[in-house]
Amino acid sequence: MSDQQRILDEITQSEYKFGFSTDIEMDMAPVGLNEDIIRFISEKKEEPDFILEWRLKAFRHWQKLKEPHWGNFKFTPVDYQALSYYAAPKKRPQLTDMDQVDPELRKTFEKLGISLAEQKRLSGVAVDAVFDSVSVATTFKKQLREAGVIFCSMSEAIREHPDLVKKYLGSVVPYSDNFFASLNSAVFSDGSFAYVPKGVRCPMELSTYFRINAENTGQFERTLIVAEEGAYVSYLEGCTAPMRDENQLHAAVVEIVALDRAEVKYSTVQNWFPGDKEGRGGVFNFVTKRGLCAGHHSRISWTQVETGSAITWKYPSVVLKGDYSHGEFYSVAVTNNHQQADTGTKMQHIGKHTRSRIVSKGISAGQSNNSYRGLVRVAKNALNARNYTQCDSLLVGDRCGAHTFPYIEVKNKTAQVEHEATTSKIGEDQIFYCNQRGIGPEEAVSLIVNGYCREVLNQLPMEFAVEAQKLLSVSLEGSVG
Amino acid sequence: MSMLVIKDLHASIEEREILKGISLTVNPGEVHAIMGPNGSGKSTLASVLAGRDSYEVTQGSVTLDGKDLLEMAPEDRAREGVFLAFQYPVEIPGVSTTNFLKTAVNEKRKAQGEDQLDAVAFMKMMKEKMNLVKIDQSLLSRSLNEGFSGGEKKRNEIFQMAMLDPKLAIMDETDSGLDIDALRLVSNGVNKLRASHNAFIVITHYQRLLEYIVPDFVHVMYNGRLVKAGGKELALELEEKGYDWIKEDADMVAQ
Repeated sequence: MSDQQRILDEITQSEYKFGFSTDIEMDMAPVGLNEDIIRFISEKKEEPDFILEWRLKAFRHWQKLKEPHWGNFKFTPVDYQALSYYAAPKKRPQLTDMDQVDPELRKTFEKLGISLAEQKRLSGVAVDAVFDSVSVATTFKKQLREAGVIFCSMSEAIREHPDLVKKYLGSVVPYSDNFFASLNSAVFSDGSFAYVPKGVRCPMELSTYFRINAENTGQFERTLIVAEEGAYVSYLEGCTAPMRDENQLHAAVVEIVALDRAEVKYSTVQNWFPGDKEGRGGVFNFVTKRGLCAGHHSRISWTQVETGSAITWKYPSVVLKGDYSHGEFYSVAVTNNHQQADTGTKMQHIGKHTRSRIVSKGISAGQSNNSYRGLVRVAKNALNARNYTQCDSLLVGDRCGAHTFPYIEVKNKTAQVEHEATTSKIGEDQIFYCNQRGIGPEEAVSLIVNGYCREVLNQLPMEFAVEAQKLLSVSLEGSVG
Repeated sequence: MSMLVIKDLHASIEEREILKGISLTVNPGEVHAIMGPNGSGKSTLASVLAGRDSYEVTQGSVTLDGKDLLEMAPEDRAREGVFLAFQYPVEIPGVSTTNFLKTAVNEKRKAQGEDQLDAVAFMKMMKEKMNLVKIDQSLLSRSLNEGFSGGEKKRNEIFQMAMLDPKLAIMDETDSGLDIDALRLVSNGVNKLRASHNAFIVITHYQRLLEYIVPDFVHVMYNGRLVKAGGKELALELEEKGYDWIKEDADMVAQ
């Protein structure tokens, strides 16, 4: 076995470093899914009727749909009746400071290195901690409120700002959008809500950490971000999940609305449990993320670093409706061991002079499969639309796969659409060159991979970029020789 | 004490023997030139010393300051002070020379039990060495070797050499593909790095480079063996007469 193969095996065999489970009393919904369960969820959350009605409509629609299996990955159909659709920490305290937080919960955060105590000290970052679907602590709220920014859990938004929720919920991803979005609409547990009023530049990065932490509980986050005319907001989301044996379903929905001249940046680091090295367990991550550039000169930018989950099915998209609007998608997707990722984006050019830019960096190691799937659609009236797509794949070892599925539909002759794609391997030559300078094989791989992803990592806020770099190294640990 | 001692070194690639018994001793402060026709095994020797794993050492020994070099992984050899200036420097997209060298320098320091250099100390060191080998800052912030001209790549190698301050620097056909100006720049850099504590093995096909980097010893390699040794005048003789007479002599001996 060559050295390269050996190191490759070492890296590919590194176990998930965030595996543990916390004991907190749960308030669980009975297993199964029917209209009564949906009523139970809605009642638990003390929701107004319009939300319940919406959930039920979504559920009725969902029942007519079939679980999609068109992605470039295989999975055993999920038994939706075997899942529980609601779990909340039993006591939901109204917190004013950290001492009131459940010590078990705090320990969990500390293990993850994202302790709220630390976060609170971090200046400029507001943390809305989502723990098993229900927010238990929110910080920096006051400062945000002074700026006129609303940043709270979705449940709270439904209670406190029903008009805004009514106006925008489902306006970008309707309940009928797709199988998983319909399911989410029917049973969504919680999530984040951000609203930045006209002309306001959000004074800090908004950051949320998600965790899954209950046996057999699906996680159905629902996030809605609205930027009014001329507003700006940067939203960060990151997660790690505890180790477990059974597959977990995660079907989140994120909607973004940007009005005239508004700008929204959405960054994610996703590190759900990917399964063990034999491919057992791991999160099924079926996510619908979409932004609507509703106004002219609006901008929406998605940046994602995807390293976790057994299966990732995710296409953060932008609907470029406003004239001169701008959509961006920057992605690093790492798959290792038996992970499968089918991810990419959709850029729908509808308005005139709309632009989009796609930079996708796939990294496959172990026996994993990594697919880029992207759609660029230019509608009939989208005069002078421009798209640039760059889609690179990096292979680590010779047992993994990289696939690219670009779809381009152009209905206006003035459109300019560019697509560039490359596939490369981390070469023995590159590693030897690093070795010869005193850089060991693992460090070399990490260096090469981070170099390869630099364009995407540069899009992340500084402290997040550092975290993401570490995560990339950890994800590929042992994988090259 | 001798720095590098190579004894009866045999090495093959895919069952084919390339090095057929090389013996060479290099002392601190010396510059050895290894010349020879194409395919004689010069670059193989460089690769074997640096530890490229596509070659298998079948016989012989190599020690550096008494330590068994062949037992060490390539990165450990580098940390012990072996530097190879590559004939074809490798491109690493997205990684700047600065960042690359920061990692390399600190890995070496770590191995030697020294503290990591902070950003300020590192930049100071960079400035100093940039000045020494006359390399431009702008080159160092670009992706390592990506889109570099032949001359830029070689100068970058010499710059890296300056930063890592090796005991033993092996230059594998560093002159290939260089025009006369680039050759002069590269050679000047090397000459400034020559010191009593380090040694150079300069592998080249042509005598031209040796006009600038004047060797203490010249060895001629042919068919996997060092068949002739002499002073710097041997290089001139080779330039004049070509390699054929060496080949004939060596072939006669082999028969």
